[in-house]
Amino acid sequence: MNASVLPPVRIRSLANANANTNTNTNTNTHANTHANANATATAAAMRLLPSEPLDHQAHRAIYGDLPRLDPGHIMAAAERSGLSGQGGAAFPAYRKMAAVREAARRARRRPVVVANGSEGEPASAKDKALLWHAPHLVLDGVALAAAAIGADRAFLAVEGGHGLRRYLVETNRQRPSSAVPVTIVEVPSRFLSGQESALVSFLDGGPALPRFQSRPVFEQGVGGDPTLVQNVETLAHLALIARHGPAWYRSGAATSLFTVRYADSTPTVVEAAPGTPLQHLTGAVSGQAILVGGYHGTWLPLEPAARSGREAGAGIRAITGDTSVSAEALGVPLGAGLLAVLPHDRCGLVETASILRYLALESAGQCGPCLNGLPRMAAAFGELARPTPRSDLQQIRDDLSRWAGLVTGRGACRHPDGTARLARSALITFAAEADAHSRGRCRACARPPMLPTATPATSQSTVTD
Amino acid sequence: MPEPTTATTSTTSTLRAAVDWTACQGHGACADLLPEVVSLDEWGYPILQERPVPAEARRRARRAVSECPALAFLLKR
Ligand SMILES: Cc1cc2nc3c(=O)[nH]c(=O)nc-3n(C[C@H](O)[C@H](O)[C@H](O)COP(=O)(O)O)c2cc1C
Ligand code: SF4
Ligand code: SF4
Repeated sequence: MNASVLPPVRIRSLANANANTNTNTNTNTHANTHANANATATAAAMRLLPSEPLDHQAHRAIYGDLPRLDPGHIMAAAERSGLSGQGGAAFPAYRKMAAVREAARRARRRPVVVANGSEGEPASAKDKALLWHAPHLVLDGVALAAAAIGADRAFLAVEGGHGLRRYLVETNRQRPSSAVPVTIVEVPSRFLSGQESALVSFLDGGPALPRFQSRPVFEQGVGGDPTLVQNVETLAHLALIARHGPAWYRSGAATSLFTVRYADSTPTVVEAAPGTPLQHLTGAVSGQAILVGGYHGTWLPLEPAARSGREAGAGIRAITGDTSVSAEALGVPLGAGLLAVLPHDRCGLVETASILRYLALESAGQCGPCLNGLPRMAAAFGELARPTPRSDLQQIRDDLSRWAGLVTGRGACRHPDGTARLARSALITFAAEADAHSRGRCRACARPPMLPTATPATSQSTVTD
Repeated sequence: MPEPTTATTSTTSTLRAAVDWTACQGHGACADLLPEVVSLDEWGYPILQERPVPAEARRRARRAVSECPALAFLLKR
């Protein structure tokens, strides 16, 4: 396998650590060796990310054959597992699948599955890591979803510029000619490409931009057919649920993927079970705040254990290294699984200004409120990020809050909503910095932003286990 | 994604204002015709009320649809 075009990323698994440490133990008896090998094999079969890319033969050796593709079974398993979307919005997968199936039945059309591996967010790496390492798990998920809703064709959309398409076309050829053909498509490397109506537009031969949907894509998507758009990780989860059952998935043993970032170091894709303490995911790093979810996510203050739970305002609670990583414990959605720790010597206002500028530039500029609001919000944050004595701080804050309200829910896609969420959370989490800046003081000036605002140039892979 | 619903159209259906944001040019004709449910933001784009179009404003609502120069103003059941 040639993984040389994978952007730099390290991969770490916190799943089933006990079983894994046994892998290289020297054992005396044949039986013991067997038991260890079995434990390791079972553990690996429940994980999303193998330590190295798996071809179809290796995939089947670890995960076993794809279970029977009975629509009723798959739907029931999806429902009982409580599986929700891993692409950002955490929407229940079963409800979407049921809606597509029902829409197709009513319209007497065959629905379409779109596996969303676009991952246009420059800080995120988990979907690409999954596609490189466990492509067959994703393709199993596509086959299961297609069988469940009765689709007759499927697409797998990946970000261009990484060599993923060629790799996946090859990978797909290793599979037995399945009932549902999967077309692998490269989408432009832009933030908006992965938005569901943008994908539909692109697959229909149009630009990869969100479009106004008089009817939602689950009713009218690719080629006018009801379309199930599901993140690639969501589909990989489905492939594990089909094998190990919804009870296993609900038990807390099932893992999900996170992209962990700290300062300028190489991002790490971490696989972890719900309830894992934050510090186990991020390692022994300290910081003042953490961006949870992605560039449409939420900044939360990070504090020493003694001060955990402090209410910073508007539902934003301070967390600590001991807080478990779940939407419930953090009090905010996990979005696309980004966890970016802001060190003490960086400025959250500089980071946010940089991200907002990027998000404003990535806006398709098609919708009035987004076109007018996002650049203004970015410019206002640029002001907040500049330490200079000023008397208009309150005015800037008021403008930002008002614009955040004005752009929310008023576009053809949720890009402005996510942008507003980020800005609002930064106003709360970095309120003290904004005060200091307005008095001309700054703790962490002149450091360039740590979070990327464009896709990194492809380079030699540094994948490690 | 929008909430999938299996709502069936009923005969006593309500009408709600909606805008195709990719088409709207901020002309504001809709707000002039239908102040009950449409106002304009600081950039001239419509702000829609959640509540349905009142019965007595339905005719004006239909006029707003036909008079929107960008064909962006819509009514949804
Ligand atoms: C601006 C924008 C960009 C998005 N980009 C992605 C993306 O790169 N990958 C993705 O899986 N979902 C992305 N989404 C969410 C998709 O629209 C869609 O909800 C998702 O793929 C559904 O899959 P899930 O329910 O399995 O998460 C984006 C949404 C928005 C508003
Ligand atoms: S809301 Fe913004 S990003 Fe989304 S389609 Fe409209 S202009 Fe583009
Ligand atoms: S009349 Fe049409 S174009 Fe003008 S603001 Fe209303 S919806 Fe937009």
